[in-house]
Amino acid sequence: FFEKKLISFLFCLNYTADIISTVEFNHSGELLATGDKGGRVVIFQQEQENKIQSHSRGEYNVYSTFQSHEPEFDYLKSLEIEEKINKIRWLPQKNAAQFLLSTNDKTIKLWKISERDKRPEGYNLKEEDGRYRDPTTVTTLRVPVFRPMDLMVEASPRRIFANAHTYHINSISINSDYETYLSADDLRINLWHLEITDRSFNIVDIKPANMEELTEVITAAEFHPNSCNTFVYSSSKGTIRLCDMRASALCDRHSKLFEEPEDPSNRSFFSEIISSISDVKFSHSGRYMMTRDYLSVKIWDLNMENRPVETYQVHEYLRSKLCSLYENDCIFDKFECCWNGSDSVVMTGSYNNFFRMFDRNTKRDITLEASRENNKPRTVLKPRKVCASGKRKKDEISVDSLDFNKKILHTAWHPKENIIAVATTNNLYIFQDKVN
Amino acid sequence: LAGGPGCDVCYGLVEDTQEKEGILPERAEEAKLKAKYPSLGQKPGGSDFLMKRLQKGQKYFDSGDYNMAKAKMKNKQLPSAGPDKNLVTGDHIPTPQDLPQRKSSLVTSKLAG
Repeated sequence: FFEKKLISFLFCLNYTADIISTVEFNHSGELLATGDKGGRVVIFQQEQENKIQSHSRGEYNVYSTFQSHEPEFDYLKSLEIEEKINKIRWLPQKNAAQFLLSTNDKTIKLWKISERDKRPEGYNLKEEDGRYRDPTTVTTLRVPVFRPMDLMVEASPRRIFANAHTYHINSISINSDYETYLSADDLRINLWHLEITDRSFNIVDIKPANMEELTEVITAAEFHPNSCNTFVYSSSKGTIRLCDMRASALCDRHSKLFEEPEDPSNRSFFSEIISSISDVKFSHSGRYMMTRDYLSVKIWDLNMENRPVETYQVHEYLRSKLCSLYENDCIFDKFECCWNGSDSVVMTGSYNNFFRMFDRNTKRDITLEASRENNKPRTVLKPRKVCASGKRKKDEISVDSLDFNKKILHTAWHPKENIIAVATTNNLYIFQDKVN
Repeated sequence: LAGGPGCDVCYGLVEDTQEKEGILPERAEEAKLKAKYPSLGQKPGGSDFLMKRLQKGQKYFDSGDYNMAKAKMKNKQLPSAGPDKNLVTGDHIPTPQDLPQRKSSLVTSKLAG
């Protein structure tokens, strides 16, 4: 994969934004949604391929922008509720309109995005600009007709799912039945029906009776892509639990527990913190799942609970920097991960605006950088290398000169093509592989 | 140095960490951290740590709560924030000094239209 394709990912285009907090392609890959810290959602649409210029794929242009969430205030606790969009998930397309779920810490919203390219003209009682006509001046009747107009894309909130989470929502996931979805916060997971906003079922509750006994929190949750009764949730202690909703109404008892045994002699103050899973994603096939912890990406076979089948080191050189990463809080950064369409390559972000890809078949990996200084549009990305210690070769970057404020937490891969979206703190980059 | 199995007394006293780094970089980092913050607890994943995580959110000063608490206390000291600044209102009254400044989010999106 890397030999012929990945190395020729072209820098395609980038957009500047408020701090981007989530990135997600829709099911066809035609649309790409981003959410930001200011509660806004911006959707990009891929241009239809120009048949004449078949050497490049369509570019992504802004399609719709709307304010999804506003800052709110919890008066009882004197706490502000941030408007930052934590996650966006698309529904599969059923009709002409597009639907997505967006969530902040407390409230999930279902948005409908629809196009309007016609408008009625020729009313009898209204002028074209909307002013009412004096009825006494109307002497003939006409039938209003629809005429084409400039495309308008409208976003409207269709459902608001509120007041179901005491703690901060970290995940939403749509069930393969396309009727229900789950939302997860630090201690609980709720099941919703997309049509019903005044009720949700609690399906996981790990809150201890005595909060002093709290030892772990839920960090991510996802429904299985094919089995509508199965979901997984990950924890801050590095475990993943798979639950079957057919077993009982409250899935506090897992069906499977995925955990890699730790060598107790390797244990340190940092062990638990760096084992905390920041993201969990099923493969498209549904056979595997991927987890991201602070230093690595692990692939698990759902049939094997006692260890992952593959482990990829993202930035192992940081192991000797854990003290300072703890002091500047970077050790708590929540990196996401994603699969390519065929489940053969996985991708995740790192620091210094680097992101990493691992080819599961060839076992090769590559480090690339998302930055404007080093890339002009339509140029091939150059692989990067970090020098952990010793003599630094030319073009290598030493660990000590990495910028830990430039982190890539959110990445997304087009479901069918080799097009990726990478979010740095303020910019969105879209890269694609070279066609011919 | 005497110590039972699993005793890591040695790590805290080792001057030269270069040797230890070869054995386990994490342990060397742990030693560095403990040298800087001697009062740091042994278990980082304890409930205090997680409680802080659950309480993320900008706290605001509630003058009603504050003045009522002051009136109740009269001559006694108003309970101050102390090390645990993140208790829910009701357990602890935030004072104006306790609260960090809120950073305002940008008004308009800079995404190219």
